[in-house]
Amino acid sequence: MQKRNSAAAARGAGGKTKLSEGAARILFLAAACVSILAVLLITVFLLVNGVPAMAEIGVFKFLLGTTWRPGNDIYGILPMILGSVYVTAGALVLGVPVGIFTAAFLSRFASKKMVRTLRPAVQLLAGIPSVVYGFFGLVVVVPLTTGRGSMLAACIILGIMILPTIISVSESALNAVDQSYYEGALALGATHERAVFTVLLPAAKSGVLAGVVLGVGRAIGEAMAVIMVAGNQARMPEGLLKGIRTLTTNIVMEMGYSADLHREALIATAVVLFVFILLINLLFSLTKRRKKA
Amino acid sequence: MKRAKISAFILRACVYLAAALTAGALLFIVGYILIKGVPNLTWSLFAWRYNSVNVSLLPALLNTVLMTALALVISVPLGVFAAIYLVEYARRGSRLVRIVRMNAETLSGIPSIVYGLFGMLFFVNTLKLGLSMLSGALTLSIMILPLILRTAEEALLSVPDSYREGSFGLGAGRLRTVFRVVLPGAVPGILAGVILGVGRIVGETAALLYTAGTSSETVSGLFDSARTLSVHMYALSQEGLYLDQTYATAVVLLLIVILINAASGALAKRVGKRS
Repeated sequence: MQKRNSAAAARGAGGKTKLSEGAARILFLAAACVSILAVLLITVFLLVNGVPAMAEIGVFKFLLGTTWRPGNDIYGILPMILGSVYVTAGALVLGVPVGIFTAAFLSRFASKKMVRTLRPAVQLLAGIPSVVYGFFGLVVVVPLTTGRGSMLAACIILGIMILPTIISVSESALNAVDQSYYEGALALGATHERAVFTVLLPAAKSGVLAGVVLGVGRAIGEAMAVIMVAGNQARMPEGLLKGIRTLTTNIVMEMGYSADLHREALIATAVVLFVFILLINLLFSLTKRRKKA
Repeated sequence: MKRAKISAFILRACVYLAAALTAGALLFIVGYILIKGVPNLTWSLFAWRYNSVNVSLLPALLNTVLMTALALVISVPLGVFAAIYLVEYARRGSRLVRIVRMNAETLSGIPSIVYGLFGMLFFVNTLKLGLSMLSGALTLSIMILPLILRTAEEALLSVPDSYREGSFGLGAGRLRTVFRVVLPGAVPGILAGVILGVGRIVGETAALLYTAGTSSETVSGLFDSARTLSVHMYALSQEGLYLDQTYATAVVLLLIVILINAASGALAKRVGKRS
């Protein structure tokens, strides 16, 4: 990269080229700054429109209030915060073991031919739109579980949706482990399975963890698939088989007809979601940094 | 010895079971949608106009194509130019590069409904673009920007330095080197990113509901409200009256996704062969 930057490269060009070089440099720089600008704009617009509502309602009343009844101007989003957390946890319980074992399969158990069929399948799973997942949940998973939208149905659908993320990140982490680890384990008398799960997997730990964190981000931010299967009752979660509402679905459900404080309370809901995502991003970069060390 | 054998067997069983579950989930979803949906794929679903008697999906399909094109027109130059700056111009390890990467990573984690709200607050209300194709496309273009940026960056980095040195050695300036030598080599990688972006746009619903709206007609201009196919499918399933047509719409969406995946797979193979 240093070589590329050598000033000698640009030297010897005529005045006209110099001008276009300079203009292009500024254009490229401006394009690079767009993503900074976008993050700033998103943050500012959410905060400006959401924080006053939080202040008006009372931060603690808003975050810890157990009742959401916009008709009576009662805005407590604890049910939705818990809803998001529970649904994400449920998705992890289902998705993480299956994901990691599948990654181990792709990385160390499958024949070349099997990899060639399963890997595109995983990619397709990642590409299916969330409405299709939601619709599948509505017509298949919901009737098979309770017959009505429930936390369980949402967990199952989200568990499937985070599979491809976990699989592909864990698989590349497993593939990146030095082959000598595996051979060393075999030389010490370990079986193939034992070598994979007690030597390779721990060595790939931070990569696998990064995949799980990405999965958390995807599950907590998913709106459309959840809205179609979760029941969406705005009350404290009552159990696995009862309906539930998450932060994302709260926004989608009510944004269309809300006004004034109700509308601002919904934007404040998005602020809370945004903070969650920032925390997850922070966690993600921490796991990545540890990998480098 | 015997215990070791049993634990090995259990682990192996778990691995095969997990792989079967993953493959089974995909087969079940795709199979179910296809079996229920293909018989409902009638010609009338591809009629020019949408009305409550015939919920044609053609307008939404056309809107999807237009929306995708518009979002790409905005986002691809931005993403590629930004990547050019990061790889070809910025000093190595410069603070700006770190900040841009961090922001792009943040953008890629933001949920689509948050993008939707932002689009509503900024493009629809503040810039007064209204519930329109343009608001939707602008929102989507920010959403896929980090994806385009990252893949373009990787593609540019994969072009060997010797190309650049050769070009500089022949007396070409930096700009000419970038466009004549580096970019052509990076095109397949950039294209792979663009295809992934198309996939995200086609599948997006939450970011569009409150930016592009749900009008079921084909757009006649940038400032018209328009539903894409995913939004159309969501609207149909919410109305609950058109189950058969919803299945059929799901089939069309799935086919598009399968096509996109095949294209990106073929491209990835070409990129892999070259390096």
